[in-house]
Amino acid sequence: MSRRRRVAHPYIPNSAPRVKAEMLREIGVSSVEELYADIPESLRFKGEMNLPEPLRSECELRRHVEGILAKNKTCQEYLNFLGAGCWQHYVPAVCDEINRRAEFLTAYGGEPYEDHGRFQALFEYASMMGELVDMDVVNVPTYDWAQAASTSLRMAARITGRKQLLLPRIMSPDRLSVIRNYCQPDLEVTLVDYHRDTGQLNLDDLREKLSSQTAAVYFENPSYLGFIESQGEEISALAHQHGALCVVGVDPISLGVLAPPSAYGADIVCGELQPLGIHMQYGGGLSGFIATRDEERFVAEYPSRLFGLAPTVVEGEYGFGDVLFERTSFALRERGKEFVGTATALWGITAGVYLALLGPDGMQELGKGIMQRSQYAMKRLSQIKGLRVPAFGSAHFKEFVVDFNASGKTVAEANRALLERGIFGGKDLSAEFPQLGQCALYCVTEVHTKADIDRLADALQDCLR
Amino acid sequence: MGMDMSSRLRRFHQARWDEPIIYELSTEGERGLLVPEVEEEIEEAVGDGVSKIPECMRRKRPPNPPQLSQPEVLRHYLRLSQETLGADLNIDVGQGTCTMKYSPKVNEELARSAKVTELHPLQDEDTVQGILEIMYKMDLFLREISGLDQFSFQPGGGAQALFAIASIIRAYHQDRGETQRDEIITTIFSHPVNAAAAAVAGFKVITLYPDEDGYPDIQALKAAVSERTAGLMITNPEDTGIFNPRIAEFTWIVHEAGGLCSYDQANANGILGITRAKEAGFDLCFFNLHKTFSSPHGCGGPAVGALGVTRELARYLPRPTVEFDGRKYRLNYDMPHSIGKVRSFYGAVPVVLRAYAWVMSLGAEGLREVAEIAVLNNNYLLKKVREIPGASAPYARGRHRMEQVRYSFEELARETGVGTEDVQRRMFDFGVHYWTSHHPWVVPEPFTLEPTESYSRKELDEYVAILRHVAREAYTDPDKVRNAPYNSVVHKIDHAALDDPSRWAVTWRAYLKKVKGR
Repeated sequence: MSRRRRVAHPYIPNSAPRVKAEMLREIGVSSVEELYADIPESLRFKGEMNLPEPLRSECELRRHVEGILAKNKTCQEYLNFLGAGCWQHYVPAVCDEINRRAEFLTAYGGEPYEDHGRFQALFEYASMMGELVDMDVVNVPTYDWAQAASTSLRMAARITGRKQLLLPRIMSPDRLSVIRNYCQPDLEVTLVDYHRDTGQLNLDDLREKLSSQTAAVYFENPSYLGFIESQGEEISALAHQHGALCVVGVDPISLGVLAPPSAYGADIVCGELQPLGIHMQYGGGLSGFIATRDEERFVAEYPSRLFGLAPTVVEGEYGFGDVLFERTSFALRERGKEFVGTATALWGITAGVYLALLGPDGMQELGKGIMQRSQYAMKRLSQIKGLRVPAFGSAHFKEFVVDFNASGKTVAEANRALLERGIFGGKDLSAEFPQLGQCALYCVTEVHTKADIDRLADALQDCLR
Repeated sequence: MGMDMSSRLRRFHQARWDEPIIYELSTEGERGLLVPEVEEEIEEAVGDGVSKIPECMRRKRPPNPPQLSQPEVLRHYLRLSQETLGADLNIDVGQGTCTMKYSPKVNEELARSAKVTELHPLQDEDTVQGILEIMYKMDLFLREISGLDQFSFQPGGGAQALFAIASIIRAYHQDRGETQRDEIITTIFSHPVNAAAAAVAGFKVITLYPDEDGYPDIQALKAAVSERTAGLMITNPEDTGIFNPRIAEFTWIVHEAGGLCSYDQANANGILGITRAKEAGFDLCFFNLHKTFSSPHGCGGPAVGALGVTRELARYLPRPTVEFDGRKYRLNYDMPHSIGKVRSFYGAVPVVLRAYAWVMSLGAEGLREVAEIAVLNNNYLLKKVREIPGASAPYARGRHRMEQVRYSFEELARETGVGTEDVQRRMFDFGVHYWTSHHPWVVPEPFTLEPTESYSRKELDEYVAILRHVAREAYTDPDKVRNAPYNSVVHKIDHAALDDPSRWAVTWRAYLKKVKGR
């Protein structure tokens, strides 16, 4: 102990004993203890925190942490078909090169002068996302799709002055749980039924549940279970007829080939940025976006920061700043719109880099390739005796449900067998949607080759025999 | 002993690339990345794939991101990065309340290992034992540091942690049938989201103001509590850097009234190992792992607001928690009383990993040293800043502060007409940050400095030298300060358009329509 105490910690410059003594002298106290005089004795922590002995050398620390991480098996080592809200897409090297830049990595709350680049990068992110969803306003990202949807729904409630929210019954239970908690206690969540054979929203049920109290109708494209909800126009028209807003959640990587929700009447669009150049990180790569038309009644309801272009005293120079800052909780505390704080700005910048790299052709080719691969996978798996693929008779993007009910095996059993063969099978839906029985949600993206898909099909065939 | 920095001013100029907006760099036909082509056999088997999309759901016009080659994209973003002043580059003591400390590079490398980045959150638990072990052990560390009994890393930042806390307080009273408890008490020097998140969760917010000494007014608290009190959500030390020595009385008063107490530990950097939520009587608390625990701020996230509770409240935590049965780590979803989820999956896991590595590099003694040096640095800075003309440190006269101080340039503004926002812009000319403060400005013309443990005395001296120079300049050449900056990335910005619906532009396409008339 005493030997260590004398050595300054590399992260703490003024732990060098001589400097510390000089600073104490300068302040006019004899010990650091005097600086804590305001903390009464009764509040002092008397014990020693029970923490492991430190690994003060970087060498030892790295070895220790890498030793623990070595127990993980990654989606590079195993063949992965899990999606369900976090997806394995290819991450371009330039995305990581930019988000690990020390300037972006360690910047925070600077002003649009010394952090001009941060403001511009986030403005450009919003600009490119705006093109992708065909909307004029996009926020600085929030935590994830679930939060983006929750806030979009609260925005809709404030805009319409109404309390009722209509959501699809087969959306992600995870996301629904976030929305339910976030919209308590003043908003009321009602679920709308779906057609058992296609998964499509049941418009009769929607008509029945829509009323003059409805603030918003929310649905997703592609849906949680992978099928494309093709009644976008009808749903938004019904919502609008009742004076409600249409809020659509979207996986932006589909928008090279799928129509942007604004094209079928969405008033607020939200979704998940993680597919756009951000590693999965055990779910830590999530980042949510919200987009609307450029109307004051919408812009005024965002809780998030919105970065806008502004002139400087030098002709032709681009400056930036916060648009309508007075709406935020930074400005107004509890009278602001919801709240704003640190969320996922670095992933917003990264998504911008991704879109700039892909360009219009890249986004279209990527979307097309994902459609082809997932259709091929559905075709291959549907040939396996006992599987029904896809479980819903609709067009799909990237994900689809595999029905194991006739296979004689549970999804859990199948997944265990796949795991032994080095494959992460699709997400088991039996707990989330008991009405579906034994079903799994499979995800196929551009990272999968024909050989990967064939390997999955062969392995499934083998373990269902 | 090296150069004396106490009077040296750098001849600084930040990178100024005058970089166009990325759309202005677009050239038709250029490509930044090629995507893998599908095999012929797939094409033969399923065709073009997109014809399966119902006509009404097909994209009619291609999306319109810009078209650039890869090196152009790289150069553009590298230039923007150079036009950003990260904490790695500057003496980042000017961003008070945010704990801009050193984020160790080795932790960054660990967090970016494929063993973390390439994990899917729904993998079989047997294949993620390493990352679950890290999360579980970090929970144990925070239990020691706070004295509370269990943590969740699901909240994606301090604000979301505060919202989760408000949700737990709501669920607790609902379970007890005390739904009349609809008031949350906070203080004006607590972070604004304490008030804002409570309001979203459906509470009425009561805000206490400081007494003459800068402490939250305990008489006002006594007057505020009632059978409607759901809880207290308070930051301590507050954003003034003043530790409230009567904090245990605050929690006692609120508990007596039947409320719960939440400790916003966003400002914990000066009290690690010194004083804890438990001893002060709190039921809930949170730490920002991207602040006190060294994970980098990332321009504003990814982040983790690590949320801790007492055993009694553990059943309300967001689902799932990480458990260990002595052999295997697992995710526990069996929590019928849980508030549900506040974020999908388990939070920004790499942030937890960096925090874990940081604690492992310090240990108990090291954490205490972090706190002590942060407080030493702050009081050193306090002494030096007080000597600057026009500057003062309101409240708690003659007393020491914890990890930060909310200062005032009220006198400077009165005597020179130069306010804190003018000083701020001029500071950028010397390559350092300077933040004013959260609104409302209860302290007039405020600025908040937090030196953390990461800056050397030489660096603190340099920061003070810059601040002193700018203050003196306000007296000798006020216009120079008012019209700053000169050596930053851009010149003084006209903010008027940003509040004008006919002129604001949050995207390039909106700018082209509204400003350029295209």
